[in-house]
Amino acid sequence: MSMPAPSSSQALLAVNGVTLQYKTPRHLVTATYRVNFSVHQGDRYVILGPSGCGKSTLLKAVGGFMSPVEGEITIRGRKIDAPGPDRMMVFQEFEQLMPWKTVFQNVLFPMKVTKKFAREDTIARANSVIEKVGLTKFKDVYPHMLSGGMKMRVAIARAMALEPDILLMDEPFAALDALTRRSMQQELLSLWDQLRFTVMFVTHSIEEAILVGSRVLVLSPHPGRVRAELDTDRLNYNNIDHVDFGAMSKRIHNLLFGEKPKQPGAKEGATA
Amino acid sequence: MQNTNTSARPEFEIEPVDSGSIGEVERPLSLFERIATNETVQRFAILVVLILVWELYARWLNNSLLFPTFTDTIGTFFRDIKNGVLINRTITSMRTLVIGYAFGLAIAAVFTTFAVASGLGTRILSTLTAMFNPLPAIALLPLALIWFGLGTPSLVFVIIHSVLWAVALNTLSGFRAVPETLRMGGRNVGLKGARYVGLILIPAAFPSILAGLKIGWAFAWRTLVAAELVFGVSSRSGGIGWYIFEARNELDTATVFSGLLTVILIGLFVESVIFRAIEARTVNLWGMQT
Repeated sequence: MSMPAPSSSQALLAVNGVTLQYKTPRHLVTATYRVNFSVHQGDRYVILGPSGCGKSTLLKAVGGFMSPVEGEITIRGRKIDAPGPDRMMVFQEFEQLMPWKTVFQNVLFPMKVTKKFAREDTIARANSVIEKVGLTKFKDVYPHMLSGGMKMRVAIARAMALEPDILLMDEPFAALDALTRRSMQQELLSLWDQLRFTVMFVTHSIEEAILVGSRVLVLSPHPGRVRAELDTDRLNYNNIDHVDFGAMSKRIHNLLFGEKPKQPGAKEGATA
Repeated sequence: MQNTNTSARPEFEIEPVDSGSIGEVERPLSLFERIATNETVQRFAILVVLILVWELYARWLNNSLLFPTFTDTIGTFFRDIKNGVLINRTITSMRTLVIGYAFGLAIAAVFTTFAVASGLGTRILSTLTAMFNPLPAIALLPLALIWFGLGTPSLVFVIIHSVLWAVALNTLSGFRAVPETLRMGGRNVGLKGARYVGLILIPAAFPSILAGLKIGWAFAWRTLVAAELVFGVSSRSGGIGWYIFEARNELDTATVFSGLLTVILIGLFVESVIFRAIEARTVNLWGMQT
C-alpha cells in the first residue's frame, strides 16, 4: 500500500515516527516502533492488530497518558504532552463510570469539571445526549443497576457530551456479549451518522474493524509497526455478505497472519 | 461435511404462547412473607428470646449480687437516667471520645495525604501502621499517664492511637485499589491535586474509608471504657467506665449491669443507626457494597 506522508493540512491528529516503551517490573517493553499515521476530521479510524501489538498503548499516548520516547503526536498542530478533555477516552472496562453518581451525573461530570459550556447549557446537553443513546428512562439510576451494554452507552454519551476533538475508544465493546456487541456497533454508526464526530477505535476483531471503521490501520505483532492503512468506508452491515467484504477480511487476515515478520527474542506480550 | 444425521431432522419454528397462561411469572410477596424474611424483625425476635432466657435464669438463681434479673437492671437503668447520673456519665465519655476520634481522623488524613503523594510516604505509613496497629491502645495507658497525668489528655491520647492506624491503613488501601480506568477518567478531564483526590479518589475509596471509620470507632469506644475503668474519675466527672467501677465497689451488681447495658446500647446505636444510615445513603445506594 502506498502511504501518503502524514503532513496533509486537513489532518486533525498526526502521529509521526512514534516509538513507545513502558516498563514492567522485569522488562522494558517496546510497544510500538516508529509508527506514522494521521487521522482526519470525521474519520472512523480503527487500529487493528493482534494482542500485544501496542494498539492500546498507542491510544493511551494519544490520550496523553504516556509520552513517546521517539517522534511526536500532534492534535491540530499542537503537541500532545498531557491528558485533556479535547481527547475523551472510552475504556473497555465497565468500572470506568463513577459508581457514586447516577447516569445523569456521570454524563454531567466532565462538563462541570472542565467548565467548557455555560452552566445552564450543561443540563440540556446532558439530557439530549442521554436521549441519543436511548437511556432517558435510566437517567437517575446508579451504574450498578445497568447492564454492560447500557454502561457502555453511558460512557460513550459522557465522552460525546463534551464534544471532544476526537473520541478515543479502547476496545469499547470487547467485554460485551456478541449480540449486545453487534447492536452497540450499529448504534455507534448511527450516532456517527447524526453527529459526524471523529473517533479512533482500537479493536482486535477484523470484522469489527471493517464494520465500524472508515479507515483501518493494521499493526504488526509485537512491537507494533504499521503494516497497512486500508479504506473500508464502503463496507458495512448492508454488504456484510458481499464478496468485497470477504475479500477485505481475507486481505487483513493475510496482512496479520500471512507472512510472519521477524520476531524479536522477547516473547513477553503486553496485553495493554 | 457430508449428509450427517443432523440434516435428516426437520427444522421447526414455534410462535411464543401468550405469557398470561403460564401462571405465576411475577407477583409481589404477601405481607407475611415479607415480615418473616425482614432482618429487623428477625433481630428483634432474637433479642426478645435472649431477654426471656436472662430473666428466667436470674429468677431461678435468685442471687441479685451475682446475677440480677432483667427487670432489676432495667429498673436501675431508668432510675439512673431519671436522676441524671447515667446521662452525665455518658456525656463525659462521649465528649472525650469525640475529641479523640476527631483528632485521630485529622492525623490519619495528614498521614494518608503524605502516603498518597509519594512512594516513600506510602512506605513510611505502611511501616508505622505495621508497628503500631497490633499494639493495644490500652497498653499505652501507663505511658500516657506518665506523660499527661490523670485526666482527659491521657484518654484522648490512647483514643487517638486506637483510631489513627485503623483509619489510615484502610484509607490507604482503599486509595490503592481505585480502578485504573477511574483514575484515567479523572485525569482525562484535567483533574489534578486536591480536586482529583476529592472528586475521584475519596468517593471511589469510600467503602474502605467507611470500613476504617467503623473499625476505628469500635476500637476507640472499647479503649475508652477500658481506660476509664483503670483510672476512673478525673476532675469530679467520671465517664461510663467509672460508673461501672464505682458500682462494683459498692457491690451494686444491678448498676454494673445497667452500665454494661449502656455501653452495649451506645455501641449498637452508633453501629446500626449512624453507620447503617451512612451506608444506606452511600455504598449500598452506589452498589459498591451489598
